[in-house]
Amino acid sequence: MTVFCLVELDGAAVEDGPAGVSDVSLRAITLARGLAASGGLAAVVFGNPTVPDLAAYGVTDVYAVSGIDGYAPLAWARVLQRLMSESGHAVVAAGTERGNEVLAHLGAITGLPMAANCAQAVDNGDGRYAIVRQRWAGLLLEESVLDAPTALLTVATDAVSPDPAEAPASVTVHHVAPSVDGSDLVVRAVETPAGAGGASLATARVVVGGGRGVGSADGFGPLEELAALLGGVVGVSRVVTSEGWRPHTMQVGQTGTKITPDLYLACGISGAIQHFAGCSGAKSIIAINTDPTAPMMTRADYAVIGDLHAVVPALTSALRQRGSTSE
Amino acid sequence: MKILVCVKRVPTVGGAITLTADQLAIDTKTSGFTISPHEECAVEEAVRLVERFGGSVTVATLGPAVAEEQLRACLALGASGAVLIETEPGLEVGPIATAAALHSVAADGDFDLVLLGNEASDTGDYQVGIRLAHLLGWPAATGIKALAVDDAAGSASASRTYRGVLETFALELPCVVTVKEGINLPRYPSLPGRLRAKRAAITRVPGPAAAADGDVRMTSLRVPDAPKKQATVLGQGAAAVPALVDVLVGLGVIS
Repeated sequence: MTVFCLVELDGAAVEDGPAGVSDVSLRAITLARGLAASGGLAAVVFGNPTVPDLAAYGVTDVYAVSGIDGYAPLAWARVLQRLMSESGHAVVAAGTERGNEVLAHLGAITGLPMAANCAQAVDNGDGRYAIVRQRWAGLLLEESVLDAPTALLTVATDAVSPDPAEAPASVTVHHVAPSVDGSDLVVRAVETPAGAGGASLATARVVVGGGRGVGSADGFGPLEELAALLGGVVGVSRVVTSEGWRPHTMQVGQTGTKITPDLYLACGISGAIQHFAGCSGAKSIIAINTDPTAPMMTRADYAVIGDLHAVVPALTSALRQRGSTSE
Repeated sequence: MKILVCVKRVPTVGGAITLTADQLAIDTKTSGFTISPHEECAVEEAVRLVERFGGSVTVATLGPAVAEEQLRACLALGASGAVLIETEPGLEVGPIATAAALHSVAADGDFDLVLLGNEASDTGDYQVGIRLAHLLGWPAATGIKALAVDDAAGSASASRTYRGVLETFALELPCVVTVKEGINLPRYPSLPGRLRAKRAAITRVPGPAAAADGDVRMTSLRVPDAPKKQATVLGQGAAAVPALVDVLVGLGVIS
């Protein structure tokens, strides 16, 4: 029996050479490996993946699918359906726009239940799976039972840490060129470069956050300057987008983007519960706020009590000086 | 255009989520109720399309009798019809049965477009729209943040961002589209709208009597342990900057 994992690649349209496996898919593979136990762990990739990346995570089989031009959610689901019908006892994907969408199609065409945004999954061995999945974008956890011949699961992008296997697996690569029914290609993505926004926020290593305390659209200049110095991007709370200070693509939270940076530097953000749903995947949080009792200040790792309009420019200036003296 | 918008009554979550003693539901004794921000945007998008092309917006929900409150809120924003698929209070209906119940409303309304939120803010199942589309035999696009409809041509263009790339889907009407917050800025209800909503008739149809077999079965809920952190206070104001720089070095953010 095999666990199949839909793998997404970095760089949506890579023409030549293999593409890296996205961080969210490494997280999904980590969960899938636990379900595979001694069985096979197969990566299904629409494109040309870097196989050693997958071997390091214990993948035993790679199905490299070609012949489907671009992202077509229903066609991708049909390919998974065919693979799982032979030997699959679970199909896993990352809880991304694509992963959730493809597995929902797979659930619809097979009539199987689908559990979205799982944090844990255990095969009880009696045809049932014990699942822990996110509700309210992770503010609440649901323990549930999935009773199905094949488990369809997506993995919350901020709940499982990517964890390589103890030893790399030896990988068999299967090249698959499926015949696709035209009706499965009716909905297909045309890809064009987007402006900076949600995606870079989702993958940024450093995010400088700004909230109500920033006070105005113009107030974001110093935050953007600091973010650039730190090699990061600016994210905002919901009040900032509803005030129209910054576009919704920059919003961190339950209805915005979920971030998983090494550092989240939250400036003038009090920390509504829906905001924590978007930033609790940060490895470290530093909060700058005039109110030491704000939820963001009490849940951060480090706190600076003060006005961001004084602290941020002082930090930027200190970093610039440090840069010029250390050369 | 005839547009159906599907919404869900959920508790308004404020500072912290607390559960009932049996750990099977959110304690809503002191909370209000609402629909999700994604769904507010779905209603707004539908109303704008009808303002432009003519037609009507019907809003549907599966929920207890009190979900009438959410339907009336949508009527106040410009919907002209409302359907309540009524279930017993406290019954949680999974995504497979929810899609089937919505299908019974969507299939006999001669709709050109069905809009939903990308996911319900409470259960976050990410699948009702797609399951509904398969039952209808219609194409679907999800997570949409820009929608352009050509009523005369009977087509739509729907886009979203995915990992820094803009994905645009060309769709033939009728179709199902799930939208996300950010697609528009929803309006506030007008006074005439509120008055109209108060008097509007709501169609009631019976919903599923019990949670269906064959779906994911919730056994209990829990609030995740908040990380027991005691924030290290680095100082006050700009005087904290040297300590802040040391922390950034310690975290490896700067060298």
